[in-house]
Amino acid sequence: MTMTLVSTVTVGAGGASSIDFTSIPQTGTDLLIMFSLRSLDNGGPRDYIKVRFNGITTSTYTVRYLEGDGSVAASGVFANQSYWYTNTGLNGSTSTSNTFANSQIYLPNYSSSNAKTGSVDSVSENNATQAGQTIAAWSSTTTAAITSLSIIGNTNWAQYSTASLYTILKGSGGASVS
Amino acid sequence: MTETPQKIVVDCSTGEQTIVPLTAEEITQREVDATAYAEAEAIRQAEETAKAEAKASANTKLAALGLTAEEISAFTA
Repeated sequence: MTMTLVSTVTVGAGGASSIDFTSIPQTGTDLLIMFSLRSLDNGGPRDYIKVRFNGITTSTYTVRYLEGDGSVAASGVFANQSYWYTNTGLNGSTSTSNTFANSQIYLPNYSSSNAKTGSVDSVSENNATQAGQTIAAWSSTTTAAITSLSIIGNTNWAQYSTASLYTILKGSGGASVS
Repeated sequence: MTETPQKIVVDCSTGEQTIVPLTAEEITQREVDATAYAEAEAIRQAEETAKAEAKASANTKLAALGLTAEEISAFTA
């Protein structure tokens, strides 16, 4: 297995509404995106991350999630959405100052011609009871290879938020995690 | 005047990163996304509330049948 850093982005002063990775190399087996994110939205510590690929905005994305917010746990399905998302697990503007959520997204077989899937694991940081955590399984009916990815904020990503895109190349044994 | 939102575009083939203002189309899409999320979240919360109310109602009915709190807990866990 080979893990290769494609690019790392750090949001500058003034923030950014989204981070778009374009012309993603089709040389890997899977994609891994690791984040340290904070939203400027006033939605509190329970904010969300939206992900869209290839600029597709039609209702082709489904999310199955398990989440907690510090006091309540929930699970469910959002079918036929216009993007993938975490329903929580992201720092918002009312989270403890200078703290960021930790998140990672894994997209297997991104260059295949099969329907796309993914998983996300995200947790916010907040020095209070309310801090969101979520894991979710994602699916999409789109079969095209993923060539671009947009990581979209509810409003803007805060300065110093970072996102790193990696390709994972399977080993000679065929496994991408060995 | 409201500032136009910007996005960071990373061209993975060159490594070049540029900051680009959102197009009118993209700004509209953001609004559509926000509305769609609010609607989906409202449905989700209504379902959660209905589930919690149904559970409370079931517990009340089980108690009325004579089950103790421990028995209800064992039965519904």
